[in-house]
Amino acid sequence: MTSVPIADRRARVSAYTQTFMSRHSSMVPTFAAVVIFVLILIGAQIHFGEFVTPRTLSALLLDNAYLLILAVGMTFVIVTGGIDLSVGSVMAFTGISCASLLAHGYSAAVVVPAIILGGALIGLLIGVLVQYFDVQPFIASLAGLFLARGLAFVVSLKSIRVEDESVLWLQTTRYRFGEWYITPTGILAIAVAVVGALVMRYTRFGRTVYAVGGSEQSGRLMGLAVARTKVLVYVISGVCGGVAGLVLTAYSGAGYPRNGIGTELDVIAAVVIGGTLLTGGTGYVLGSVVGVLVYGTIKTVISYMGAEQAWTRIIVGLMLLMFIVVQRVIVVRAERRR
Amino acid sequence: MTSLLRHRLFWPGFSLVALIALNTAVRPRFIQITVRDGELYGALIDILRNCAPLMLVSLGMTLVIATRGIDLSVGAVMAVSGAVALTIIDGSSDPGSVSTVLVAIGVGVGVALVLGVWNGFLVSVLKIQPIIATLVLMLAGRGVALLITDGFITTVNSRPLEYVASGHLFGLPFALYIWVAATVSIALVERRTALGVLTEAVGINPEASRLAGVRSRGIILGAYVASGTLAGVAGIIYSSNIRAADANAAGELIELYAILAVVLGGTSLMGGKFSIAGTVLGVLIIQTLQSTILFLGVSSAESPVFFAVVVVIVVLIQSPRVHEIARRLTRGRRSRPSPEVRGDAELRTDAELRTEAEVTP
Amino acid sequence: MERPLVELVGATVYFGADAALDGVDFQLFPGEVHSLMGENGAGKSTLIKALTGALQLSSGEIRLDGAPVRFHSPHDAQLAGIRAVYQEIDLLPNLSVAENIALGSESRRFGLIDRAEMRVRAHAVLADLGLDIDPASLLGRHSIAVQQLVAIARAISTDVRVLVLDEPTSSLDQAECTELFRVVRDLKARGVAIIFISHFLDQVYEICDRVTVLRDGKLVGEYLTRELLRIDLVHAMLGRSADKLRTRSRLHVVDGRREPYLSARSVSVGSGIAEADVDMVEGEVLGVAGLLGSGRTELARAITGIDRLDAGIIRVQGAKEGIGGPRTAISLGVVYSSENRRAEGIIGDLSVGENITLALQAERGILHRIRPSRQRELALSWMEALDIRPRDLDRPAGTLSGGNQQKVLLARLLALSPRALVLDEPTRGIDVGAKVEVQNLVGELADNGLSVMFISAELEEVLRVGNRVAIVQGGRIVDTLPSDELTPDVLTALVAQPESER
Repeated sequence: MTSVPIADRRARVSAYTQTFMSRHSSMVPTFAAVVIFVLILIGAQIHFGEFVTPRTLSALLLDNAYLLILAVGMTFVIVTGGIDLSVGSVMAFTGISCASLLAHGYSAAVVVPAIILGGALIGLLIGVLVQYFDVQPFIASLAGLFLARGLAFVVSLKSIRVEDESVLWLQTTRYRFGEWYITPTGILAIAVAVVGALVMRYTRFGRTVYAVGGSEQSGRLMGLAVARTKVLVYVISGVCGGVAGLVLTAYSGAGYPRNGIGTELDVIAAVVIGGTLLTGGTGYVLGSVVGVLVYGTIKTVISYMGAEQAWTRIIVGLMLLMFIVVQRVIVVRAERRR
Repeated sequence: MTSLLRHRLFWPGFSLVALIALNTAVRPRFIQITVRDGELYGALIDILRNCAPLMLVSLGMTLVIATRGIDLSVGAVMAVSGAVALTIIDGSSDPGSVSTVLVAIGVGVGVALVLGVWNGFLVSVLKIQPIIATLVLMLAGRGVALLITDGFITTVNSRPLEYVASGHLFGLPFALYIWVAATVSIALVERRTALGVLTEAVGINPEASRLAGVRSRGIILGAYVASGTLAGVAGIIYSSNIRAADANAAGELIELYAILAVVLGGTSLMGGKFSIAGTVLGVLIIQTLQSTILFLGVSSAESPVFFAVVVVIVVLIQSPRVHEIARRLTRGRRSRPSPEVRGDAELRTDAELRTEAEVTP
Repeated sequence: MERPLVELVGATVYFGADAALDGVDFQLFPGEVHSLMGENGAGKSTLIKALTGALQLSSGEIRLDGAPVRFHSPHDAQLAGIRAVYQEIDLLPNLSVAENIALGSESRRFGLIDRAEMRVRAHAVLADLGLDIDPASLLGRHSIAVQQLVAIARAISTDVRVLVLDEPTSSLDQAECTELFRVVRDLKARGVAIIFISHFLDQVYEICDRVTVLRDGKLVGEYLTRELLRIDLVHAMLGRSADKLRTRSRLHVVDGRREPYLSARSVSVGSGIAEADVDMVEGEVLGVAGLLGSGRTELARAITGIDRLDAGIIRVQGAKEGIGGPRTAISLGVVYSSENRRAEGIIGDLSVGENITLALQAERGILHRIRPSRQRELALSWMEALDIRPRDLDRPAGTLSGGNQQKVLLARLLALSPRALVLDEPTRGIDVGAKVEVQNLVGELADNGLSVMFISAELEEVLRVGNRVAIVQGGRIVDTLPSDELTPDVLTALVAQPESER
């Protein structure tokens, strides 16, 4: 007799699972990322004893705020099926411009909008090349990469210290909650992620981003503003590059034209770890947040181990590999089950 | 005339000639070739010599891109092969002996080949997206190279090694022979065997190729192995040129330049139809551009900007959309209003993609 | 007579130098179902695209309510109430069903999409179509048939005045067709004008009031369906004597005791096909009849090594063979042509010649390249044998019409000199003439000693071509009968019979 309700419950659970899978199967990789994030934390806690502390976790957000902001912008681009290689350079350009303009005595109220506009303009250039001249995103954003890096060098070849109080305030202020703390840069990063997630899910623009990644032609037939959307995602990525430039400048207290070389790959890796497919159409801003956290945690773990520079790279590479393989296994299993 | 304009190597060739003409117009010395001690010298000869590493890497990249893939790890592989070879020479009792250098080069290139197998395994067997699969080695590879060189820049003094990048044979740079040999053998292997057409089939439609009995796994694996091996040779030439193994600087950004060269040569990043000759032109465009930057005395700070601007111009020259606009401007309103054929083509491709997506689960 | 809702006058569209549509007049009245008939390439899709704004007319004009209009994009046409549902579904598999129905006209609050409201609306429209699916589920997880219905739901969810249905029934089963026709009649009663395109003559006669026939981009005529004999319609479409169309009868019955070339026992793959027994006998065509999703495709893929078997044995010429993949199958003389021509058949950017010789080249191996002269010779001989047009070896195969693409695929397989040929829907979406050619070819091949499996959604065709017919239902082969014992009606009843009544 008791077997009936159990079977019943099982049936209900399986029905629930089915509904969930039919609605959110594309979230599976993101869940895999969350699971692995937790596993890494548990593993590190067991290994080091003192890892999962408010201090480490707070620092995680602080150290990776710029990466998080870039990843949000990159998610928009990748979901449309594009890619933006320029983000690291744009960050360097806006960062050094910020420091330079401040050093020339302009007020932060002028400088900050100006550098964000600068990032947006480079994004606009890439978007126009992609949309109106049929240049492949990889190549168009590669041109953007060179352009922004060159402009950064033109602004200054050397690092410029920042003395401006309001920019430094972004980094030095710590709002404390017991052992936890958060800086304005961290709040900024979280705000960017939340706004990004809401826009992606609840606006027509956001849904058009997915539509472009699913099938541009269908999106156009549905009367969606495909062309505008494809340009805008690069502008958004450029804006995120500008904000990240500001955050990184505040974080390091200086602008440096060689900042962010190779950062585009870190960002792409983080976005992919978060479950966004490079083929477009599937992905979540919050997934990218998880991806950045995983990436940041891996780096923290390595620094805890006190490993040398060579090992850092190897371990980051291997962990990325392990992550991809595990994720792939989970996805294949999930597909087979249905 | 129109058929010449339509030929897919026309615009890359045109861009190259235009660049050379520009240089010559500014400084006529650019096309001068002088003979000293029976060896040829000049800006053009330098281009043919210096392009060797990028050429080798781009050739491999062409094959990988033809299979719908991408290989980001080439720069890291260059660093590893250079590090391996130079560490062997450095540690040997006689760095100047030809046999030592040959063994070192052999081992360095062999390690690169193994790295290529690794990339190919991840992509073709584990079915990981190429950009991510090769990102692993791109990140880890330089770490490995740093470990091999102990974190230092290994410098060696070895005549035979220097010969690889700087030597002359029958009046021409030895490095030129290397890349010409590689180009010719790849072109022969691709076009004299069925590899070329089967590679294109796999790149255009992997599932249809599988159903037709094409061994796509082997073909994809082969492309990454070729890419790795060629990057290994490129790493040796790079190290030979600077007489040192520099794990951080070797092949820095070369993956991006190589992809650019392939695209400039008319091969689409979407895979399928590829052109070896196009890639050769693409590399020569990039190399000429770089020497133009030096030649015109653009400051090193501004050179990336200059590079970006020229890349945009070259890409625009090749854009079908720009051709269309140009045609419309030159022909004016005489032409018959042509229907939007584009929409039709897009309908087809999108439908194809969608059906593929539906078939996968 | 009342005024036409939409009118095309002297509609002409050029592709390069060729006129795809040449001075065609077309009238559509409110509350009618109007069929557009013609072979592939007759100009049907060009006319539809011009009407829905996907193409611009080179000359001529479109009148809506008597006033000339110009649609610069599909969106323009949609705003005017003209909606189209294409055979190749123009929806987004990565978004939810509800979004696919509502996107573009979704309700918003403070600029944000009201997702709950969207689902409620979608549910109502779907219920109208008799479809009970979760509006929040991803579209890509549903069958093509459901996706087709969702596309129709999208079209009728707004104020639609003209609804274009381009081959809407090609992937629907009978119950779904009935449901669709009910909705069509409903819309008609509401005064919506419907353009209905279908290769199934039965359906045209069942649902359409009038027929406009096109041929080679020109108007042949406009007829009332009830006054037009079928044979005359086919005449009008083909413009040649319909006698040539008659397939040769295949009454010749194969001796059932003959040893099969390929025999499969208890073959199971996933949930698609279970414990299937199949014999493919030399010189015989085995027809396979079943509804979409019945397991007919899974069966074909299982015995040709495309999908790995979960259980079962396959014997080729009596010897037990592990068919591990398409390559092994090909080496055993067993070849498969997919129902999905574009995704799993044609390599679009390669030339026709390369497509024809692809499988042969793959079998010979990379090192044994077929010489270009030999390749041309071989491909040309197949192009002639199967009458592939245009006879241009260097043309990219993706630019051919559906029927010719199918023939290229057949040529690719036949170049392998196969012993057993498995054809999954080889006549889907190709014009009547090409269809008959393919059917005849299948018969000839069997006469030459090949064993052929012929899968088709058109039961009449299965009967006409097959010597025996295997009936597939719910992933099982429920019966195999000689075709001369069956009539289309009996077969339809067998295929459609619910499992519970068996």
